[in-house]
Amino acid sequence: MLQPSQRRFVVIAAFVAAVAAVVALDHGGAGGDRGAPARLRLTEVAHQNGIDFTHRAPTLDPKIANIAPHVGALGACVSVADVNNDNWPDLYFTTSSFGAANALYLNQRDGTFRDVAAEAGVASLNRPGEGVSMGAVWGDYDNDGSEDLLVYKWGYPQLLHNLGNGRFEDVTARSGLRRWMNSNGAVWLDYDRDGLLDLYVTGYFRSDVDFWHLRTTRIMQRSWDFASNGGKNLLFKNLGNGRFEDVTDAMGVGSTRWTLAAAAADLNDDGWPDLYLANDYGPEELFLNREGKRFELARAGLEDDSKSGMAVALGDVYNRGRHDVFVTNISERGFLFQGNNLRINFLQELGRFDEIATGVVADAGWAWGAQFGDLNNDGLLDLVVVNGFISADSGRDYWYAMSKIAGAQGDIFEDAKNWPAIGTASLSGYERSRVLLNRGRAGFVDVAEQAGVTDRLDGRGVVMADLSNRGLLDVVVANENGRALVYRNASPPDRWIEFKLIGTRSNRSAIGAEVTVEFGGVRQRQVVDGGMGFCSQNDRRLHFGLGASALGRVTIRWPSGAEQVLNGLAADRLHVITEPR
Amino acid sequence: MNRLDPKYLIVFLITLVLVVGEASYHILGGYDRLATTLGVCLATEVLLSWWLRGRVANLASAYITGISLALLTKPQANMLWPFALGGFLSIASKYVLTYRGRHLWNPSNFAIALLVLVAANSVAILSHQWGNDLRINLIIWTFGLAVAWRAQVLHVTLTYVACFVALALVRNAIVGGPLLAELAPITGPMYQLFVFFMVTDPRTTVSTRRGRMVVVATVAVVETIIRLAGDFQWALLRPLYPSPPILALAIVGPIAMWWDLYRQARRTIVASS
Repeated sequence: MLQPSQRRFVVIAAFVAAVAAVVALDHGGAGGDRGAPARLRLTEVAHQNGIDFTHRAPTLDPKIANIAPHVGALGACVSVADVNNDNWPDLYFTTSSFGAANALYLNQRDGTFRDVAAEAGVASLNRPGEGVSMGAVWGDYDNDGSEDLLVYKWGYPQLLHNLGNGRFEDVTARSGLRRWMNSNGAVWLDYDRDGLLDLYVTGYFRSDVDFWHLRTTRIMQRSWDFASNGGKNLLFKNLGNGRFEDVTDAMGVGSTRWTLAAAAADLNDDGWPDLYLANDYGPEELFLNREGKRFELARAGLEDDSKSGMAVALGDVYNRGRHDVFVTNISERGFLFQGNNLRINFLQELGRFDEIATGVVADAGWAWGAQFGDLNNDGLLDLVVVNGFISADSGRDYWYAMSKIAGAQGDIFEDAKNWPAIGTASLSGYERSRVLLNRGRAGFVDVAEQAGVTDRLDGRGVVMADLSNRGLLDVVVANENGRALVYRNASPPDRWIEFKLIGTRSNRSAIGAEVTVEFGGVRQRQVVDGGMGFCSQNDRRLHFGLGASALGRVTIRWPSGAEQVLNGLAADRLHVITEPR
Repeated sequence: MNRLDPKYLIVFLITLVLVVGEASYHILGGYDRLATTLGVCLATEVLLSWWLRGRVANLASAYITGISLALLTKPQANMLWPFALGGFLSIASKYVLTYRGRHLWNPSNFAIALLVLVAANSVAILSHQWGNDLRINLIIWTFGLAVAWRAQVLHVTLTYVACFVALALVRNAIVGGPLLAELAPITGPMYQLFVFFMVTDPRTTVSTRRGRMVVVATVAVVETIIRLAGDFQWALLRPLYPSPPILALAIVGPIAMWWDLYRQARRTIVASS
């Protein structure tokens, strides 16, 4: 029997041990899964490949000068399209300052690119009275065989019809899309499966806000966690005659939750494309498509989990033949651990997702764009996350000042004039991008530095595309107030297969087509995206790594609903598949 | 009629905060967090009180501590260990960090301050702002002030609030910028938990009414120093400025308690001699 003094000693020892455990666990958590050897090699080649593009942030009304660097830290975006149908992916970058030119880099088929935006008529889109570019998505809305361009803006969006001769025509006015919006995202989808691409445009700031002629400084969010006073998202139905009709209210998708990104795919396997939204200052939203007649906001375990959603990436994380969802959020040591969400799709079985992000997946700093892609062709989808909000004076930090206003009541928080001045301070600046290799059930490991990704620019949009048709995915990053980066993938070869799909009954871009590839006893599913990540769009061509496995059956579910099964396809090549009529 | 023990009023109030906040804005971030913290706090209290003092203590304090910790601790995604270890350390601190038989720190204040300082890679404090909703705030402030009055600690709460407002004006005069930015923090949920459950804890406040007011005013002054450190970016104090009031109390509270107990003991010795 212990004496009282001995008992007290035991308790003190347990207390000290618990403090030591806190220190040890914190240290272990900070280390995370980093530093493992990587076969992956990524080399930054933008300049040597002819891409010298620098994003410029918008200059806003002086009434919000106190937080202009915070409000205006958006617009560096990149999207991929085969603009001239030569089977080589081209790149479109947006910038956001009046007078600055967007760039369309045509792939020269030798690893280099040439900016043809000016001669194509897609460069000078940032003009007073018209607004500034915040991103772009490509899709063949009129099924004429050429990818058209929708540039969403803080201002009037622009629909630019690809004439097929290297030039574009602005058809915004006659399309019915000329409506002032403060948008940071858009996605093409054929929600009613009529073979025509419809358009979902997200609203961030309210549409009555003109950032160059502000009538009020009450433009900010009313809540840190559950704000719903943002711009209204709009769904435009393609009428097939070059015009679009606003069907937002009829379809029930007019969220005002400060949506920063949207992605579309058939998440619940009912054959209809659903909409998944990443909302800033609020919970994510999943709108399930009810046979093209309406959308319903799903209760899928998302409504309780309020964060700061910045990007949506869809990927089949465990090769289960499902689209899982990755949404980026904010983590800042000491101040805020929202953590990114990796939601594993159990919609069919349980009607919800399971959120499983931990370690390096959860904490990627102030994370923005993200994309899934098999960078090392091992048959598992890896994840690239770009990050960093404002890299300015590294000796000054805005986090403390922002924490003062964060807890304020909605009326105070909403008014930009109540926010402390940011001045030259940084806000989660100089963060390093993450390259997270998927090890299946063993989780993800961050190999960015070993792979050669060492930049500390403020990443926004990121895309993956096989820029040189080598069977390897390269990574392209658009940086806010910084130069664009192209990371060329020089990983050791492994087996792969790529698909370029051409719709006939479906939209010709085949956006929304879902391809499932079977290999090595698993099946991986990918969707042809009409916009994904944050203000970005991957190549319409789908890339699958196969590891050392033999290729099995390939199943294509076209947006029209038609299913096509292909056997005996050769690996290590691009297959151009046309939808059976 | 017997007067209701004030600690049950506090139990009622924190339960109200939990229920209203969770129903309206899902403030917990997962029931596993609440279950872990509350379970560990209650179990630790039962075990240590029985083992060290031979009887099971009233569990109201552990309940209040458990809920406070669950609401204020915001770790990295899906981490439960901060709740488990924080719960144990908060209650154990009452048995380990004592002076003349009294514990020196408010238990939840101690645990949160420790986690924020030594586990900053994993733990932040209250990143959730409960919708920045004035209605929720009014409900909690109304009930909170009524409970503080019944519990006879209203003078502590009001002294702190008055000092905060006065010092916000001082800070604003020093750093400039919008005045509402300096006043805004006290309208947030961290301060609701702070002014109603931490600074008013009868077990960790000094013995005299005037002394309690002086202590809480000193907490507000130290908090102001930390806040100015944040404004002027004094790197040395950076670990403190994510949660100024919590850390100010963690610094001032035990010193005040120690001094009060020391003086009481001296008076007792003088009186008996």
